[in-house]
Amino acid sequence: MSTPKMMPKTMFQKIWDRHVVLERDDGQILLYVDRHLCHDGSRQGMSKLKAAGHKVRKPAQTYATPDHYRPTNAKTIDDFQDDQMRGIVEELAENAEIFGFHHFGLDSDKQGIVHVVGPEQGITLPGLLMCCGDSHTATHGALGAFAFGIGASEVAHVLATQTIWQRKPKAMRVSVEGTLGFGVSGKDVVLAIIGQIGTAGATGHAVEYAGSVMRDMDMEGRLTVCNMTIEAGGRTGMVAPDEKTFAYCEGREFAPKGDRWDHAVADWRTLPSDEDAVFDTDVTVDGNAIAPMITWGTSPENVVPVTGVVPDPADEPDLNRRKIHEGALTYMGLTPGMRMTDLSVDKVFIGSCTNGRIEDLRAAAAVAKDRRAVVSTLVVAGSVPVKRQAEAEGLDKIFTAAGMEWGEPSCSMCVGMNGDIIQPGQRSASTSNRNFMGRQGEGGRTHLVGPAMAAAAAVTGTFADVRDLMAKK
Amino acid sequence: MEKFTKLTGKAVPFDSINVDTDQIIPAPFLSIMRTEGYQGLLFHRVRRDKAGDMNPDFIFNKEIYADASIIVADRNFGCGSSREGAAWALVDNGFYSVIAPSFGDIHFNNEMNNGMVPVRLDEAVCTDLRAQLHANPGAEITVDLETNTVTAPNGDTHSFEIPDFNRERLLKGLDEIDLTLNYTAQIERFEAQRGQTLGYIDD
Repeated sequence: MSTPKMMPKTMFQKIWDRHVVLERDDGQILLYVDRHLCHDGSRQGMSKLKAAGHKVRKPAQTYATPDHYRPTNAKTIDDFQDDQMRGIVEELAENAEIFGFHHFGLDSDKQGIVHVVGPEQGITLPGLLMCCGDSHTATHGALGAFAFGIGASEVAHVLATQTIWQRKPKAMRVSVEGTLGFGVSGKDVVLAIIGQIGTAGATGHAVEYAGSVMRDMDMEGRLTVCNMTIEAGGRTGMVAPDEKTFAYCEGREFAPKGDRWDHAVADWRTLPSDEDAVFDTDVTVDGNAIAPMITWGTSPENVVPVTGVVPDPADEPDLNRRKIHEGALTYMGLTPGMRMTDLSVDKVFIGSCTNGRIEDLRAAAAVAKDRRAVVSTLVVAGSVPVKRQAEAEGLDKIFTAAGMEWGEPSCSMCVGMNGDIIQPGQRSASTSNRNFMGRQGEGGRTHLVGPAMAAAAAVTGTFADVRDLMAKK
Repeated sequence: MEKFTKLTGKAVPFDSINVDTDQIIPAPFLSIMRTEGYQGLLFHRVRRDKAGDMNPDFIFNKEIYADASIIVADRNFGCGSSREGAAWALVDNGFYSVIAPSFGDIHFNNEMNNGMVPVRLDEAVCTDLRAQLHANPGAEITVDLETNTVTAPNGDTHSFEIPDFNRERLLKGLDEIDLTLNYTAQIERFEAQRGQTLGYIDD
């Protein structure tokens, strides 16, 4: 007698199924949130909670750290020049007192950007459902978690109920096949994906990144790729957990220990998508063809290889789209056909939840070593542990010897809420995730690149093909 | 949350694709608490020129749209940051419905959590609606949540889909937390089971 065959499932489906609290007749599903991440900007949701007189249902499953409003030159709360920023960071500490959730404040050796802190502290684990009031929450999917960003009302809802209402997104697989070339990073991979499918390419989907490139990629690279899932419109992005994932998680503060660890790993091995699982959308990206990437416009989909030129709006058949393309060029101060490597840069930023991890800093330092930055450059570690690790390896010395600034862990110039901004008309090479108009400061012109490319721009003063600089070493 | 049943109002044709939430409300304003209000902050930067003066060519600055309540946009409206301030800026400046071919996922929810109705219609329909509005500035559109239809200036009606759960909440103006607290017994049951299956997680 043969046993009935189970329907093959995607990893996303398996994790989803584990978290269904209930399904209403109208198809709306209430999902359980294993771990909720908060930051200083979550105050709007917390304020709503207080106003309504609710408590935090599971403070032990809620983890918070200040990141958006911490000035990179403030070592302690007393160093804040701006009273409002200080007040916002203090408000998170007060809320932690009131509600009883975990808080890694400025005096904690765990503080950092919430999406760096989660994986680093073992808060993020395979198979968990995680939320955070920040759009880059898909970062945590790199460890095989189902993680997504939410708004302030939803933050209040998760705090009060430890659940979130959802409708199931479609499943999408992005297979990056082949082998990455010399000098090509996770950032280049995700920019290439967004360039191929567009900023709405994954809208309504939960993305699983697969293929040989993702399997071969280190955890930091996977975190970078998953981080920018929102820039492709996806609700979440994830990578199947493997030995690399388990090795990364083992021994971290909030990860299981002893027997529990063994149980956890045994469970996590069941998570990857079944071999014949069906995805609603399947996309293949040629990993062999990916070069170091650089954005030219005001949307992350406006991306070309570093060897490329500024695209011509005349090639756009749709008149409205052509106008938008022209508008982006005007804003960015570019003309069609310009070589990207001919563009001079005014400011370089290396850091953020996209590229603020130790591997990112190592990649940037490898380029900066024995060279001088010729433009103003800010390097900001994503967390206190990353900063300390970098300092133990002497990376901070490489940066400062190159004339770069070495800041305290925060979101910094990615979002420009902590005072780190670029001036109107200035052109930045930034390892962050958004090149939106005014994102890094009013009138600022942002070009997104990987950390090695950003360092290359810092030491040459123009965008440069980092592969040439690396070859010269 | 305010109820939404049916809205007839002037609609602004906004031709940009990928209108990100940084454009809708720049980050420096997010330190303003919700209770203080987000009036006057909608598209704060993009509606001004370099000198900080209102750009008369920016469509939201045109006098005829001072009392508009609907936006017809292009694809991927509200992409980017999860900031709910984008929805607050829209609703506090009188916009209760945005019609577009697609939306940023998080912003779509944020609109519904603030009594707004985000309407997804085909790209061709949105393009046609914007053309009608450009040809006849100040023309009105009706968004009817009871019938799930949009009525164009030329009288054509277009059906749209919105999750029943959100539709009911919008029609009745129900607070989401209050609604969920009715299911506390199910949540407790789930937590008890979770303790067995996810016993290796130490909360």
